[in-house]
Amino acid sequence: MTTHAEQGATHFTLPGYVTGFLLAVVLTAIPFWLVMSRQLPGANVTSIVILAFAAVQVVVHMVYFLHMDARSEGGWNLLALLFTVMLVVIALSGSLWVMYHLNHNMMVPSMHDMSNMP
Amino acid sequence: MFDQTETSPRFYLTREYHPENGTLFGFWLYLMSDCLVFACLFAVYAVLGRNYAGGPSGSQIFELPLVAVNTSLLLLSSITYGFAMLEMQRNRLPATLAWLAVTGTLGAGFIGIELHEFAHLIQDGAGPQRSAFLSSFFTLVGTHGLHVSCGLVWLATLMVQSAKRGLSPENRRRLLCLSMFWHFLDVVWIGVFSFVYLMGVLP
Repeated sequence: MTTHAEQGATHFTLPGYVTGFLLAVVLTAIPFWLVMSRQLPGANVTSIVILAFAAVQVVVHMVYFLHMDARSEGGWNLLALLFTVMLVVIALSGSLWVMYHLNHNMMVPSMHDMSNMP
Repeated sequence: MFDQTETSPRFYLTREYHPENGTLFGFWLYLMSDCLVFACLFAVYAVLGRNYAGGPSGSQIFELPLVAVNTSLLLLSSITYGFAMLEMQRNRLPATLAWLAVTGTLGAGFIGIELHEFAHLIQDGAGPQRSAFLSSFFTLVGTHGLHVSCGLVWLATLMVQSAKRGLSPENRRRLLCLSMFWHFLDVVWIGVFSFVYLMGVLP
């Protein structure tokens, strides 16, 4: 017999895995269906919906498959995760923001703009 | 509250935190740093993903039905690994090994389809050197595939070890680490299929 500590802090359950799996299937199927059958009008709307479904599905996987909660490892798991999320947000939004402005400013000016230059 | 025995108030914890299972927490920290690797590759793809250099765009080369099959394979392998962990909790070695074998088969199917897709793209002249879009695509998706391949090698190793030595505390700990790794790769794949494939085929 092994002790509770050796098996990790969380006790895995079948309903937990099945719930997570069913939620994940639904959250995967809807964005695929939206894109493949071209349900939504604009590309921007579709992008936002896809990203929203992805964000929810990541949380579902974290909770039901990776067994994340505020109590695992005395809260240090969650703290490390939140710090990582912060770094990921900074890296992604920072890259996009900087590179968007770079592209914008480096654009080749048209003949019309050139003729108005001092 | 004033404690007479204390000469001055203390503003720090007097006891250090000792995790119940240091390995699992350490492995979690590794996964978080791996997450940063993927964040950088996602950022590269986000910046370069629309620079086609006159080459093919995402909507011309991505086959969504194939991606849907791949996604289901990986998701199924996640829950079969979960079933393996449930059997491990019940101390049933043969059932654990059987579910791990199913997981490995699904993972191998995923890698097989991905290699088929890559070979197809390179054959059509849409290899990584064609455009910035394709370079960043191959780097991001390839890194994920490399992780899954490493996971498969690790899985095979642990299956042999568990078959030989049984579900010892060491093997349980290793299998728990691999379960975190495997589920983490499925989380990364959510980002890949949403951000790269689904958003890539939009005009």
